[in-house]
Amino acid sequence: MFGPIIAKPGTSRKNKTGSWRTGAKPKFLQKDCIACRLCLILCPEGCIEGTQKNSFHCDYDYCKGCGICALICPKRDIEMISEEK
Amino acid sequence: MSDSIKKTLFASGHTACAGCGQSLAARLVLEVCGPNTIIANNTGCLEVFSTKYPESAWCVPWIHSLFENSAAVASGIEAALKFLGKKQNINVICQAGDGGTGDIGMQALSGMWERGHDILSICYDNEAYENTGIQRSGLTPYDASTTTSPAGAQSFGNPRPKKPVPEIANAHGIVYVAIASVGYPQDLQKKVKKALSLKGPKYLQIHVPCPLGWGHATELTYQIARLAVQAGLYPLIEYENGELVSSFKITPKPVEEYLKLQRRFRHVLNNSEEIARIQETANKNIKKYNLVVKNN
Repeated sequence: MFGPIIAKPGTSRKNKTGSWRTGAKPKFLQKDCIACRLCLILCPEGCIEGTQKNSFHCDYDYCKGCGICALICPKRDIEMISEEK
Repeated sequence: MSDSIKKTLFASGHTACAGCGQSLAARLVLEVCGPNTIIANNTGCLEVFSTKYPESAWCVPWIHSLFENSAAVASGIEAALKFLGKKQNINVICQAGDGGTGDIGMQALSGMWERGHDILSICYDNEAYENTGIQRSGLTPYDASTTTSPAGAQSFGNPRPKKPVPEIANAHGIVYVAIASVGYPQDLQKKVKKALSLKGPKYLQIHVPCPLGWGHATELTYQIARLAVQAGLYPLIEYENGELVSSFKITPKPVEEYLKLQRRFRHVLNNSEEIARIQETANKNIKKYNLVVKNN
């Protein structure tokens, strides 16, 4: 194990880090969204997508439930809801 | 998983903590750099959480060698690309945390700047060795409590001020030096774009809050980064060829607003003398970099 180790690009996607969430997940209400894209820009996981108003949503396979998107949403259109494991 | 999430160059599934400012910054930087980029990475949080063996979150060529030598590795890559006549289309980046840049990687980085390689060096400044258990680094700010500078009866945390790495970079006479923050993502991306458009050695330092090490709620990453800027503790400035060309104007907020959200500063909140010292640092920055627009 002293030679270089080569990993394939983007293979981290097989880690479903959504299982890290501890009790809360963001719910995208898709009611008052103005498509400002702040949630998409500021997601540390890069797992939010959407282009049009009220189309934004996240991939729960990767969302770690940090809550940045819910706090930053200027229209309060994302809320953190508790989830049963 | 949909196509747009698949297309990001910094893939999901990396093992950063929830609310990590560094993973956010890395994605924002890579969005600007695009696929024609080669990255050399020092050891640090970013290297560990993005490349858990046998996986990688990077969708561009990325190499890690040691804690101290990403600048030397990147220099070699840049020289090889030049020899092959391919440098003009490819961005070479060496990146590290604050420890890998300001302490351990300093001599390789200084050599790279001095030799004038066409490389952008990026420092993701989370203000301690967060990956190994929050030990103090040279870029830890004054009074921050870390595991090697713990606050207690005999101590107010880190006794030394933050190391001025951008000024050290400037002293090398490099073409571009800038400070950015994840609290201002557009400003950050604009600075990356500008840096990549210039030829020669460049240095960009990005303030990235760390929920684990700083002891703040995971959802506050963005707000805390903004408060550091608005208090004057993290001035967003730009130098070109040693000349200050822009500084982000603020309406200064008291430093307490930034400090009170973080566990690492909890011990100074009831101590007006220590807060006054931190405020003094902010005031010095405001004066030195002309951060406030005067109405006259």
